[in-house]
Parts: sequence; structure tokens; C-alpha cells
Amino acid sequence: MKSVEFQAIYIMWLRQMKRFVRSKSRLVSSIVQPLFFLFILGSGFRVATFVGVDDYLSFLAPGIIAMAILFSSMFTGISVLWDKQFGFLQEVLVAPVSRFSIIIGRTLGGATVALIQGFIILLISLGLGVKISGVFGLLLTFVFMILIAFTAVGFGLVLASKMEDFQGFQLIMNLLIMPLLFLSSAFFPVTSNPTMKIISSFNPLFYMVDGLRGSLVTGAATVNPPMLDLLVVLVVCIIMMGLGSYFFSKSEV
Amino acid sequence: MDIIRTNNLTKNFVGLTAVDNISFSVKKGEIFGFLGPNGAGKTTTIKMLITLLHPTKGSAEIAGFDIIGARDKVRQNIGVVFQEPALDIELTGGENLEYHARMYGLSRDKRKTRIDDVLNLVDLEDKKNVLVKNYSGGMKRRLEIARGLMHYPTVLFLDEPTLGLDAQTRRAIWNYIGKMNKEEGTTIFLTTHYMDEADFLCDRIGIIDHGSILVIDSVTNLKNSVGNDVITLSCSDMVKLVKRLGEESWISNVEQHDSFVTLGVEKGEEKIPVIIEIAQSLNIRIKSISVRKPTLDDVFLHFTGRTMRDQEAANTTRSVPPRFHGRMR
Repeated sequence: MKSVEFQAIYIMWLRQMKRFVRSKSRLVSSIVQPLFFLFILGSGFRVATFVGVDDYLSFLAPGIIAMAILFSSMFTGISVLWDKQFGFLQEVLVAPVSRFSIIIGRTLGGATVALIQGFIILLISLGLGVKISGVFGLLLTFVFMILIAFTAVGFGLVLASKMEDFQGFQLIMNLLIMPLLFLSSAFFPVTSNPTMKIISSFNPLFYMVDGLRGSLVTGAATVNPPMLDLLVVLVVCIIMMGLGSYFFSKSEV
Repeated sequence: MDIIRTNNLTKNFVGLTAVDNISFSVKKGEIFGFLGPNGAGKTTTIKMLITLLHPTKGSAEIAGFDIIGARDKVRQNIGVVFQEPALDIELTGGENLEYHARMYGLSRDKRKTRIDDVLNLVDLEDKKNVLVKNYSGGMKRRLEIARGLMHYPTVLFLDEPTLGLDAQTRRAIWNYIGKMNKEEGTTIFLTTHYMDEADFLCDRIGIIDHGSILVIDSVTNLKNSVGNDVITLSCSDMVKLVKRLGEESWISNVEQHDSFVTLGVEKGEEKIPVIIEIAQSLNIRIKSISVRKPTLDDVFLHFTGRTMRDQEAANTTRSVPPRFHGRMR
């Protein structure tokens, strides 16, 4: 790849960083919302007993981290739609930069923002006393976080290429992402209900949350070994990124 | 040397031919204008030339590079100012230019000096560190023009550069466009539906309507084709008067329209009394008469038989703009 392409990727990444830092409302809401979940669900369900769950907060924290990264990354993918509506996308597409680099720049920017948010939640969880499983577990956690971010950016790109406005985005969030999130064992273990357990095995979010939990928390009640989750998440990530790139490069302004 | 050359360029959208077999060329260093009403196919032509739309048929070359086969080479050689603003309003003016410079691979030293150069050219150097969302409409346009010039393009495309700006700002923009054509030697291709704009800026003009080019010529020649002066008059019996005036050899062309007649003549002021005499001898009452220098409006009227305003009304009811066509999936 030519150095021009790297420069282009860098400036696209930098643009997203600047926009993220300057948009105070996005910064606050994207961190406060998961914290609400963490604190309210955490203290509300602390007294309830789930099979195989000793410490509910330790159970919940990985779910909330996954959720924060997921929402933030999807937003980045979808923000291509903003660029489309504000005309800025034309400026990007007419530059002598390959479509591949444009997608990489967008993805890296979005993933970085999402990971910053994920790390903030992670740090707060650690402060609240979530028991982590060690250095290797932590590294594996980072890998999961990165993969989740890339997958969601890819999914956002698919949506942005196929949709014309933000109403469609709301629909997808409410009718697809929320149910998938509830069935991912992010908030409660789905294994106790046989039907839910079957549905979950087809839910990519389930493997993300399960893998994140297995690698981050000691003695966590996971369904699959983390490495199996990693494999599934990696495949899903490659597919999503591929689809995102394909649809984005096909879309006309 | 031809900077732009198109050969039977055609673009069809579902149920609509937006651009129909267009062939023209633009010479190095000139300002070439596409003049036509809204919906005539101007923006679609530009979008094909700047590699954002794939032509249905035909081909085009920019600076010797094919718009389909050598997209990246074409993209390096062009600067574009889009019809709708295409700035990131959350960044400052300087950051927008920095973004552009890096996308076009300018080196560090060149970036610094060039950003200041182009900002100077459009008198925005003191607004460099202001967020674009706080810019006025005119300032945004100027910034976009500066940005289009950043990477020393061979040709700069301007799609309706003064759309929606007030009279004073339009003047200023015209001056900037003229200045960069002279100082940087940039070839300019612009579209407009303002006659006065094409008149003020362009060396040569192509008049486009319903996706086809009606005529391409210099502004002077186009004006001469309707006469040195244009006399417009309305009277009681237009048919009779037109028939009688058609016999006069000093009138270069007589055209009858819905409610008025236009005559192309030399030294229009001296011809008014003569025409009134002729009308009186036929017992025709002249309601109004005026003489003026021909505008491009007259040229458009001459070639299409309609004024631009009529044409625009017809076009907007006839077709969906291509931009929205592409979005229906």
C-alpha cells in the first residue's frame, strides 16, 4: 500500500477522534447510559439468585461492556449516513483514495472510540470489585473487545449503505438489536430456559458476551470455553466486515 | 490541448434519460460553462466526469485519462466544489483543508504553505481556526473553493457555485473564481442556471436542455447570433407586424413569442422610431417598446423558443432530480 493511503487512513481516524472529543453530549451519554444499566440492574438484581451465578455484578459487567462497545460502534458505522446527508461523503469518495482505505479509516476511528468507552466501563467495573482472572484473561478480553467493535462497525456500514434515513436505524435497534441483546445472556443467564438456550446458539451477541465473560471474570458461569467463543466471534467479524465493505463500495452518492 | 473531452456521454436513470449523447471538449486554461435550467442534466454530467456516477454509454477523458479506466488518475487531476456544501461543520476551516490535503497526499511542508495560500486567495486567513458551523453561507462556499484548489488540480469543477447566495457574495465569489483562473491557470468547468453568472465568468458556454447540448460557442458569438441590440415590443396585431418587419433587411432576426416580439438589430436606439412609423402605417398600436443589449436569456430563448423560467417549471414537474432517483432502492 502506498504512503498516500496511510495518510488518508490516519486523517480519517483523526477526524473521528476530534469529532468524538468535541461532541460532549455523545461522550457523556455513551458512558452514562451503560453506567445506569450497571448500577440499576446491578443493585436491583443483586438479591435475585440465578443458577450458577454467585456475584451478579461480576456477571453483569462483561455484558454491559459488550453493550457499550456494540452501540458505539454501530453508531459509527451508521454515521456514514450523516456524511451522506451533509454531503461530506462526496468529498471523501472523489479523493484519489481506494474504497478499501476509506473503510479501514472509518472502521479504525469507530473502533477506537468504542474501545475508549469500553475501557472506561471496564475500569469502573474493576473499581466496583469485579474479580478479574489475570493478565492472560485481560489480554483475551481486549481481543474480544476489538472484535466486537469491528463487527459492529461492519454491521453499521451495511445498514448505512442500505438505508436512507435514521428511522430505519431506530427500527433495527428496537426490533433486532435489543432482542438479540436480551437473548445474549448479557443481563441474565439464558441457560435456565431450554428454548432460549437454543435461540441463543444462533445469536452472535451471545458468543461475544459469553467469551468476554469467560476471559474477564474468574470462575464465571460460561456456556462455552472462551476459545470456542473467540473462533465464532472471529468468523462473524470477518463476515460482517466483508459485507460492510462490499455494500459500502457498491453504494452510490 | 483539450483538458476535458467527452464522446456521446449518456446516463439513463429508471424511466429518464438525464444526459443524452453529450459530446464536447474544454480547452486548457479556459472557463467553460454549462448553462441550463434545473433538471437539464448538468449535475449528472459533472457527477460522471468526477467519477461518482457510472455512465450508461459513451466515454470521457480528463487530462488524457479515461473516467472509467483510470479513475484514480482522474481523481488526482480534478478539484470539485459540489452543489450542496460538503464540509465537516464540526471541524475548523483549517482542519477541513488539512483533511483534504492529507487525502490527496500532500507532503507536510506543502500542506502548511498551501493551506495558508488558498485561505489567502479567498480572504479567509483570519477564520482558519473557527469551526465551520459558525461560518456564513458565503464563507462556506469560499472555503470549498479554496479546498478545491488545494492539490493543484488541472481542472476545477464548480456545480452551481453561487446557488442561494446574496448578490454581493455572488460578486465576490465570481471575483475569486476569475482570480484563480488567472493566477493558478486552473481550467474551470462550471454549471449554472444564472445567465448573468455565465455571462460574467465564462469564455465559452454550452447551452444544455433535456440532457442534450443545443449549442456551444463563445459568449460574444452567442450574443451576436441574436443581434447587437435586442428590441422587445408588444402591440395589437403581432402577426401582421412580424410579417411586415420580416421584409426589412436591417433586422437580423424577428421572433414572435406569446405576448411579445423580439428583434435583433444594429444601433437599436435609432431603429425604435422607424419601427413605430412602420407600425403606424399599418394601423398597429404599439403598447410598449424597449431596447437593450442581448443577455444570455435572449440566447436561450433564441435556441429553445422558451425562456428559462418556463423551462424550469416544465422540468420540475417532468422529472425527479437524479439525486433522489438513485436513492430509491
